[in-house]
Amino acid sequence: MATNMERRDYSLLGPLNKEAIEKGIAEAEWYTSPIDRKRMKELMKRKNGRAIRDTIIWFATLVILAYIAFLSWGTWWAIPAFAIYGGVYALTGNSRWHEAGHGTMFKTPWMNEVVYQIASFMNLFPATPWRWSHVRHHSDTYIVGRDPEIHAPRPPVWRVLLGELIHFYGGIADLKRIFLHAFGKMDKAEMDYIPASECKKVYWEARVWIVIFLAIIAACLYTGSILPAMFIGLPTFFGFYAVMLIAWTQHLGLNEDVLDHRLNTRTVYMNPIIRFLYCNMNYHIEHHMFPMVPYHALPALHEEMKHDCPKPNSSIFAALKEVFSALHKQRKDPTYTILRPLPITARPYMYGPSPYGTVIQQGGDKKTTEGIGIYGTMDRDS
Amino acid sequence: MGQWIETVDVKEIDAEDVIRFDYENHTYAIYSNDKGEYFATDGYCPHQKVHLADGLVMGNIIECPKHNGRLDFTTGEAKRAPICHTIKTYPVKLEAGKLFIEITA
Repeated sequence: MATNMERRDYSLLGPLNKEAIEKGIAEAEWYTSPIDRKRMKELMKRKNGRAIRDTIIWFATLVILAYIAFLSWGTWWAIPAFAIYGGVYALTGNSRWHEAGHGTMFKTPWMNEVVYQIASFMNLFPATPWRWSHVRHHSDTYIVGRDPEIHAPRPPVWRVLLGELIHFYGGIADLKRIFLHAFGKMDKAEMDYIPASECKKVYWEARVWIVIFLAIIAACLYTGSILPAMFIGLPTFFGFYAVMLIAWTQHLGLNEDVLDHRLNTRTVYMNPIIRFLYCNMNYHIEHHMFPMVPYHALPALHEEMKHDCPKPNSSIFAALKEVFSALHKQRKDPTYTILRPLPITARPYMYGPSPYGTVIQQGGDKKTTEGIGIYGTMDRDS
Repeated sequence: MGQWIETVDVKEIDAEDVIRFDYENHTYAIYSNDKGEYFATDGYCPHQKVHLADGLVMGNIIECPKHNGRLDFTTGEAKRAPICHTIKTYPVKLEAGKLFIEITA
């Protein structure tokens, strides 16, 4: 049984990977909300027109913000101008990387691939490795030892968490991997989720990226200014605050090692501008449960399944407040977990064989689930 | 020589649709493409144990509901990662409004 201060090993090369397989929580069957099959077919439909329009607006927005930032260069106005440009560059790059990676943005596959490659570069996410990393994230969402995309361990490390506001740790790690790949080598942990047949593609993508890096450096040297890198490359770092402030709301503070996205994922209401920039990924429970539904249909999917889900957080601020309160508590009690009550119309939560954490039940009672062998479903009122 | 097994009523499957059919200890996916032709494959995605019948049919392509990998269900060929392996296909015939698939013992 875990003690309160026991640190879990989040490495894909650590013992919890094998343990998750043995417990039957790796590549397991997850809970899905009941949705009429015909309705689901409508929701899954892909549309080129909507995605082309949104992509034009996206690029036009970046060009306008870049021009404003260019005009401000050399004045104090450059600070807010580049903060806004960088934030929009990083956040939209991240959301388009994600949506195109799922192949749900456009109906036409090559359009998804073009946007995926551009957006991967905007994030400095090596395209093929991150495609496979995200496949694993969907197979084993917040299963410790299996999911390579867990934002914070228990207990959280503030230095790493806050460093990610400028993509300090993740960005440096990805840059190291790009150079490793360019020399024809793979990171050991990556090989846990990338098939060997994909390695050549990984190496060649990295070499193309290094040519682009060199071109950006050459442009800086030629102009005698850092300005070219301020538009392509560096915004991934100085604009990453916009990605993290929203991404932290997705899963943090919720359960680990469960087989129900309602227990480990958060849906948050956001305004239409943020939802456009973020491709509606604020409907995150809906996305994880039904990843085939394109971004433009997620609000409709939310309406179909909200009777079966916990109440969404009312805003980014409300969600971040909940997250940071939970992370603060996890510093003292790493098993601390938020449990949100389900509406009366919902089916019970499906915990799976070995949920980890302290379930905060209605009425404020605590119950540590680690090691007590709760199996299958557990009623919210039990 | 295979054995023809009666599966579903043709009325149960729309154009560009897929339906699950379980027989003995095996699960199958029965498809109708955009031309109203019928096909059958194994029921689980070759990437991970997920029912393809919960996926989306587009022409001759089935997209897996879990990771958006794609297969051509007329040939069994993998068309998009994370699916890297072919899937077994089965002959299908329509008789008296019922779809039959030929399986080998």
